Order: sequence, then structure tokens, then C-alpha cells
Amino acid sequence: MEFLSQPWPWWVAGIFAGLTVPVLLLLGNKHFGISANLRHACAACFPANIKFFQYDWKKEAWNLFFVGGLVVGAFIASTVLADPNPIQVAPALAADLAENGITRADGLVPADLFSWNELLSLRGFIMIVIGGFLVGFGTRYAGGCTSGHAIMGLSNLQLPSLVATIFFMIGGFIMTNLILPYILAL
Amino acid sequence: MANTASTIEKEAANNTDYEVRSLDTMCLNESEVAHPWWHNLKFSLVGIVFGIALVKGEVISWYRIQEMFRLESFHMYGVIGTAVMVGVISVFLIKKLKARTIYGEEINFTPKRFNKGQIIGGTIFGLGWAMTGACPGPLFALVGTGALVFLVAILSAIAGTWVYGYFRERLP
Repeated sequence: MEFLSQPWPWWVAGIFAGLTVPVLLLLGNKHFGISANLRHACAACFPANIKFFQYDWKKEAWNLFFVGGLVVGAFIASTVLADPNPIQVAPALAADLAENGITRADGLVPADLFSWNELLSLRGFIMIVIGGFLVGFGTRYAGGCTSGHAIMGLSNLQLPSLVATIFFMIGGFIMTNLILPYILAL
Repeated sequence: MANTASTIEKEAANNTDYEVRSLDTMCLNESEVAHPWWHNLKFSLVGIVFGIALVKGEVISWYRIQEMFRLESFHMYGVIGTAVMVGVISVFLIKKLKARTIYGEEINFTPKRFNKGQIIGGTIFGLGWAMTGACPGPLFALVGTGALVFLVAILSAIAGTWVYGYFRERLP
């Protein structure tokens, strides 16, 4: 139990994430890809005569069940298997964050950035609402996210998925190093 | 060359069922066998294990994502690298052994096509990933850990997907 509740080393988490690919294939010829669920949500709730959302989303219900399980798994991991110790943060990152008043590190995400109160501030609104929007718009435009392209696509040696993954990283490097410092200073 | 590609894309864009989905999602493979709904619960079980791994591996941590993009930690590179290696070997074995599903159905793979979306959309996603510190899987997992404010991020992501669908035909 103690081994389980400690933060898992990268290779353990990686093996579990990687095994999701063959398990889904063997259980029903399903291709790992989580962002598709955002599209299914559009197709189910507001298709609005947009061709892109005119398909039988119920045939993809397995993916919604998968995400439901994902939420339950996260709940179990953060309750039954919760780690009592505070999260480790790289000193340089902690120092940069402290300069912008982000000092609380009592959860997996900084509570000084992601909370209902922060949502009402300009900084929190940009991080949560604009950030979320870019994730949804970008993944669909790219045709997949970290699971669909970086894990499933690369597992199947798809060159377009490698291109997508490289540009995911480029976008992340640009945001973190060139833009985020200005947002955090707001 | 570019002409052919755009013709394919146009054809694909006109086909609202099979082709568009092969371009945009990875999950067009439908089981031919009709199952009662509760058969889908096995996918929930896989989701539970994946969710536990995401949280315990701290993949859903905003700090780990920042450290990855600031090159301050190997952790995320290790997670993704291991996952890809395990995935590559598994897919290779499934193809090599012509493995079938537990229902005896064939397992098939759809090749992905190049389009500008992988570059433009990929970069846009990367920007958002570094802000929220979460790609779609972790967005859902964070809600599971009780960080309910990420429900707003999910709604925003659904809105982003919808706006993409709305402007799809007019985008490069």
C-alpha cells in the first residue's frame, strides 16, 4: 500500500499509460484518444447543423465510459491512495512562482492559480478559460491530443502523429518560456 | 502533390461519416458485434487504471508540465517515452501475431494523413497545454481529484472544439 501511495516513478506511470493502447485494442478494437470525447460532447449536446458534429456519437460511447472510469480512477488515487507528503517542485520553478505570489504547493496544481476565486481574476481567467479553449480548439484541429497522437499515433509509427507531437512541444515551450511569465505577473 | 492532398481533404470533408472521422479521431473502428451497454463497463475499468496512473505518476500536475517545458525535470519525458515504447512494442506484436479482440474480431489500424492542422492546431494545443498544465485526459482526471474548477476548463475545451467545428471549412 505504501508503495502505491507514494508518487510513482516515471517508468511505472509510463508502462501503465502505454499498456492502455494494446488493452483497448484487444478489448474491442478501440483506438486510444481522449480528446475525441470533447467532440462527442458537441455532437451529443449542440450539433447545431454543423457537419463536423453530424455523426452517431452513441457508437463511440465506449470512450465516454473510458473517461468516466478515468475520473473515478483519479478520485481513488487522490483519496484511498493519496500521498500525505507535499508535492516536490523544482527549486528554480518554485522561485519563479514565488516572485508572482504563487507559494502554496499543497496539491498537484498550485491553488494560487487554479481555484474558484482565481477564476474571477484576470490571471486565473486566462489560465483556465482561455487555456481550456486553446486545448479544445487545438487538439481537434490537430486531429488528436497527447493520447491520440503522442501515444496511440506514435505507437503505430504514424509520421503525422510525430509532426503533431513535435508541434505540441513547440507550443508548450513558447507558452511556458516566452508568454507565461507575463501572464503570471498579471 | 499539394493538389492531390487537398482533393483528398475535400473529399474527406464532404463525407460526414467514415472519412472525416478517420481524419479527426482515432476511434472509427466499430465493433461489428452488437453488445448490451454494460459491455462498455470494461472500458471504464481501463479508464480507472489509467486515471490512477495519471494521478500517481503526477502527469496531471501543473508543476510537472512546467518543469518539462522549462527542461528542469526528466519526469514527463520519461513517462511519455516509456508509454510510447510500450505502445510501439504492443502494436508491433498485435500486428505480427495478427491478434484478435476478445470477441474474435480483427484489429485494424487507420493511417493518419498529413494536414496543416497537425502544425497549426498542434501549436495551439501546446500553448493551451502549458497554460492549464493539462491535456484532455488530465483535465478530466483533475476533476476526479476534486479540483472542480477544471470543470470550467473542460467546458471551455468543449467550446473550443465546437468553434473549430464551426470554422472547419474555412481554416487552412
